[in-house]
Amino acid sequence: MDASAATLGLTVGMAVSKAQAMVPGLRIERADPAADIASLDRLGQWVLERVSPMVAVDPPDGLVIDSTGADHLRGGEADLLEALLGRLWMSGVNARAAIADTWGAAHALARFAADPTFLADVGKTEAVLAPLPLAALRLPPVLAAGLRDLGFTTIGDLLGQPRAPLTRRFGPELCRRLDQALGDVAEPIIPLRPEGLIEVRRVFAEPIGAAETIARYTAKLVGMLCVTLEERGLGVRRMDLLCTRVDNRIETIRIGLAVPQRDPQRLTRLLCDKIETIAPGFGIEIMTLAATLTEPLAARQISTLDASAPDLSGLIDVLANRVGQRSVYRIAPVASDVPERSVQRIAVLAEDTGAGWPDHWPRPSRLLRKPEPIETMALLPDHPPHWIAWRGIRRRVRRADGPERIFGEWWTRDAELIAVRDYFRVEDDAGERYWIFRAGDGENAATGSHRWFLHGVFG
Amino acid sequence: MSAHPSPTALAALRDKIAALEGIGGPPQSVLPFDLPDLDRRLPGGGLTTGALHEIAGGGNGAINGAAAACFAAGIAARLSGQVLWCLTEADLFAPGLEQAGLPPNRVIYVEAGDDISVLACMEEGLRHGGLGAVVADVAKLSMTASRRLHLAAKGSGTLGIALRRWRYPMEAADFGQPTAAMTRWRVSVLPSAPLPVPGVGRARWLVELIRARAGESLDIELEACDGTGHLRLPADVADRSAAAAGGRHRTG
Repeated sequence: MDASAATLGLTVGMAVSKAQAMVPGLRIERADPAADIASLDRLGQWVLERVSPMVAVDPPDGLVIDSTGADHLRGGEADLLEALLGRLWMSGVNARAAIADTWGAAHALARFAADPTFLADVGKTEAVLAPLPLAALRLPPVLAAGLRDLGFTTIGDLLGQPRAPLTRRFGPELCRRLDQALGDVAEPIIPLRPEGLIEVRRVFAEPIGAAETIARYTAKLVGMLCVTLEERGLGVRRMDLLCTRVDNRIETIRIGLAVPQRDPQRLTRLLCDKIETIAPGFGIEIMTLAATLTEPLAARQISTLDASAPDLSGLIDVLANRVGQRSVYRIAPVASDVPERSVQRIAVLAEDTGAGWPDHWPRPSRLLRKPEPIETMALLPDHPPHWIAWRGIRRRVRRADGPERIFGEWWTRDAELIAVRDYFRVEDDAGERYWIFRAGDGENAATGSHRWFLHGVFG
Repeated sequence: MSAHPSPTALAALRDKIAALEGIGGPPQSVLPFDLPDLDRRLPGGGLTTGALHEIAGGGNGAINGAAAACFAAGIAARLSGQVLWCLTEADLFAPGLEQAGLPPNRVIYVEAGDDISVLACMEEGLRHGGLGAVVADVAKLSMTASRRLHLAAKGSGTLGIALRRWRYPMEAADFGQPTAAMTRWRVSVLPSAPLPVPGVGRARWLVELIRARAGESLDIELEACDGTGHLRLPADVADRSAAAAGGRHRTG
């Protein structure tokens, strides 16, 4: 049900004849569950390549993703959700998502929470599930209707009830679903394995658990994988290590690379950096190493005669897998006069344009994340202040430069049609140099609030 | 036995001391400031590249680290190669660094969450060896951590700069604690160079070399980095010392 259908007054479950009567010329398409599943499968593969090593299709309309061991590449769970939904939205998919401790809870929250992106705190599953309707529990419709007849409307109503009478009346399904949502019963995710995935695995007769043993077998698996990759002329960009434990839980490690690689040493090092995140429990039975995202990588001739720039991709991979891919970046200029918009983050290995910023005016070395309001006394319209008070300390302005007038970007934002900022560089008695601005041109009240802000500190 | 030991004996002694101190690896080069007053105090006539150096701001600079960042950027700018800058708080303004001589295409930023991962990233960068310099905004730097960093820098010949920056003024007392850094600097802002017209002139700093291993300490008033990362003696100070030191000129 998308927004345009909703504005026409259509709802889910409406009779076709009624809809046709309401909207003349409505095009009717037959439901095609097989095609839905197939496209969900494709979406799952896409998520597998980009988001997490553990993805499974949750028919009819969902995907379940185990993001443990993969969210570090995106800078945490919240950023992961935001990036995922953003990408989906750009490709025309209006999705809802939730992160919770269990599959059942995430399933319920994604479909029934008010917020389209919901991040449940660890250990608070019961509290966040309580206000949701019973339909969120993945129960058969008959069972849900029966519960409604008894007066149960929310999951919270059920949580406090004794289990035995409920089981006697409704069968084991109800309590199973409830336990799955609360995490009392394990619900393993069987990960999607697309065809043609380059994958090597090793099954152990005796479960392994020591970090050194895991590292040793990781190195062996990487060696095997690299041989396969070399035969096909590929290099990996994303690689997943899945460790299946004896209790059927799967622990995962995902690493991302800035450029395609198949150097066993480097890949092993990246995986081994993360071994501490694996909880082996009673032991690991199967280790699977998959090259989830590959790109062609041909052998390249190198010359020992000319000394080219040192290869930094190894260092960047190590850092990106430690702090997240979005936290390792370069800064590139953007043609904008507004200081906070004049910089953008780009990938480290992005092509070097050699561009810089215009050098007419001095720029501070530290720019505050958000301009901080200050108190000043200044002559309008174009004099620098006599004094400024920032963070409770009043400073007399000894010298000042300015104003440097910056106009709002009216071609991109309507609100900035006549907005103006006047920047001054001021120096106090002690020699501290600050970058301050007044929102507004000092004459016309429409150009800004005429309040003063401190935006940066000069060295 | 002569009063003056033979040069060979002295050289042998120096080698022995060097071996004791664990000096090895690639030959150490130095990066001079091109300021004779300053370079004279530093062992080898400049900043040793394969070593860890500490820079902090004075006064409010200990919290905002603005002058210290410019000073570090100026040093990094005069080296060749890429610069890795490890941050906890992403408030560096790249146009400002460019004006200190460090263009955006030479800096790789790493935003690590806390001090521990900043130090880990810094060590990783120092060990790699392909970088020109590694700068890290750190608050706490223990003896152990700094020794690790120093050894990593020494092994690869990369210059490491620990830019000490604290959240609260009280914490800046931490700068008195010993570390394994080769040199320790404090950069405080001073009123800018006076201009004949209203306005702010070229920034001036009080650069204090608090500690230099095998060197001397020094307080000196300098003009901030120009577009190539070079510092300069203020004209009035240069003239004064020219008279005192017998015709030595340094005006950049």
